[in-house]
Amino acid sequence: MKLIEADDVNVYYGDNHVLKDISLSIKENTVTAFIGPSGCGKSTFLRTLNRMNDYIDTFRLEGKIEIDGKNIYGKKVKVEELRQKVGMVFQKPNPFPKSIFENVAYGLKIQGSNDKDLIADRVEKSLKQAALWGEVKDILNKSALSLSGGQQQRLCIARTLAVKPSIILMDEPASALDPISTAKIEELIFELKTKYTIVIVTHNMQQAARISERTAFFYLGNLVEYDKTSEIFTNPKHKQTENYITGRFG
Amino acid sequence: MKKSTERLIEGGLAFSGLVTVLTTLAIIYVLLSESWGFFQEVSLFSFLTDVEWTPLFTNKHYGILPLLSGTILTTLIALLTALPFGITISVYLSEYAPKGFRKSIKPALETLAAVPTVVYGFFALTVVTPFLQSFIPGLSTFNALSAGIVMGIMIIPLISSLSEDALQAVPKSLREASFGMGATRFQTAFKVVVPAASSGILVSIILGISRAIGETMVVAIAAGQQPTLTFDPRDAVETITAYIVQVSLGDVQHGSLEYKTIFAAGISLFVFTFLLNNISYRLKKKYQEQYE
Ligand SMILES: Nc1ncnc2c1ncn2[C@@H]1O[C@H](COP(=O)(O)OP(=O)(O)O)[C@@H](O)[C@H]1O
Ligand SMILES: [Mg+2]
Repeated sequence: MKLIEADDVNVYYGDNHVLKDISLSIKENTVTAFIGPSGCGKSTFLRTLNRMNDYIDTFRLEGKIEIDGKNIYGKKVKVEELRQKVGMVFQKPNPFPKSIFENVAYGLKIQGSNDKDLIADRVEKSLKQAALWGEVKDILNKSALSLSGGQQQRLCIARTLAVKPSIILMDEPASALDPISTAKIEELIFELKTKYTIVIVTHNMQQAARISERTAFFYLGNLVEYDKTSEIFTNPKHKQTENYITGRFG
Repeated sequence: MKKSTERLIEGGLAFSGLVTVLTTLAIIYVLLSESWGFFQEVSLFSFLTDVEWTPLFTNKHYGILPLLSGTILTTLIALLTALPFGITISVYLSEYAPKGFRKSIKPALETLAAVPTVVYGFFALTVVTPFLQSFIPGLSTFNALSAGIVMGIMIIPLISSLSEDALQAVPKSLREASFGMGATRFQTAFKVVVPAASSGILVSIILGISRAIGETMVVAIAAGQQPTLTFDPRDAVETITAYIVQVSLGDVQHGSLEYKTIFAAGISLFVFTFLLNNISYRLKKKYQEQYE
């Protein structure tokens, strides 16, 4: 089933036309990678999917993006509800300066839940899903800032999972981490894809090849090629794609 | 040629620095030596425990407590007035207001802080007190409440401006994390940004307190000049600073014990604000470490 459907999306920051006629659809329970050189619009496109660009004054979007058959830029849409369904993990780990427990419980608490057992249960489950439980189960009340970078990022993933999203957007989630932590995150993404639809921006081509089923190559605001990952990497249709994946890029 | 001007500038800078340091040292020296004289004649014990302060009467008492209670009472009222408004304004400016509005309103706020305090004093006496008297029975013409409220209004710009700086220092990534999980602006502001900026906000509050404690004109004009040990905001009170002004403007004899009370009161004030500034400095350091 098609979960995300973008139709002729154009994005501007002021006069700067940064996404041009982007159309693509993403199926449920898949991992889709966005690749392309820096500044080509990957993050911008990713952030249109949970309307994170709304806070930028100069941002303007034309076209249509549907999630679950509903136009997310429609008038009646509540962005808060949209973002519970479409979670996000950022490039730099950004845990709140609160305890580990409070970080994961945050999403439930802002939804108004005060059932202590339910929250504790969900915190544990989310931390287990994020492969962090074993490392933090005895220090749940310690500050999240005391964790290592890799642990912080898995905490941010757990925090996102606790809200039970169906889609998780990840913007270069491992680019600030060491190779071991990166491997852990990749493993995690692999496990999560059975339950979630994951869209990940990466500029690490091997990573895209390892974890994604489909890959979209962006260049200068255009979606140049979007296909099965194996096709993109072994049999690219466009010269630009080929240049990029082979590292022959100006 | 260039070298000599540079040396001149360097010398000038060093001189200015030296003047500041020397002035401070001189103030401390005068405070200490004059109050030393005071404590030769009045024991520290009775200074700290006597509940009356009547150095200018025939029946003399030298207890700092009434002045201290007057200071604490007016400061507390000021704080209770300034906090809700100051914090609300800072959160509004930092988390809600459009950037252009924020940029233009902040200088305006800071100008408000430059209104002479005498003006605030008469505002308290001639506008706020009559207004309060219309519905608070037993409110004296001179009272702690009116003076405290106006002092509060006076420190709102300070608190809101510094708190806003603290809120702005919270990284954007934390707001994004919160929004990204479906939080509203309000939830993000009060559950993430304000707690993350809490030590900076605390510093602004403490500076506000220091300002209120050191404030002289408003209390001298509107709170009365009656050192009474009371915590009833309707009463007339006297603060340490108001007492110092009162005596300095009067005709006490230089070198007399009455004269020396100024320095005893002054050193109490000095210790008080010194402690507060110290706490604020420590908090500030802690808060800077958090994000580095
Ligand atoms: N907040 C913003 N305001 C204005 N322009 C922006 C903003 N964010 C990104 N851009 C511009 O949009 C283009 C795409 O940026 P981005 O989506 O971050 O690219 P990528 O993630 O592929 O590196 C760039 O030219 C960038 O300068
Ligand atoms: Mg990016």
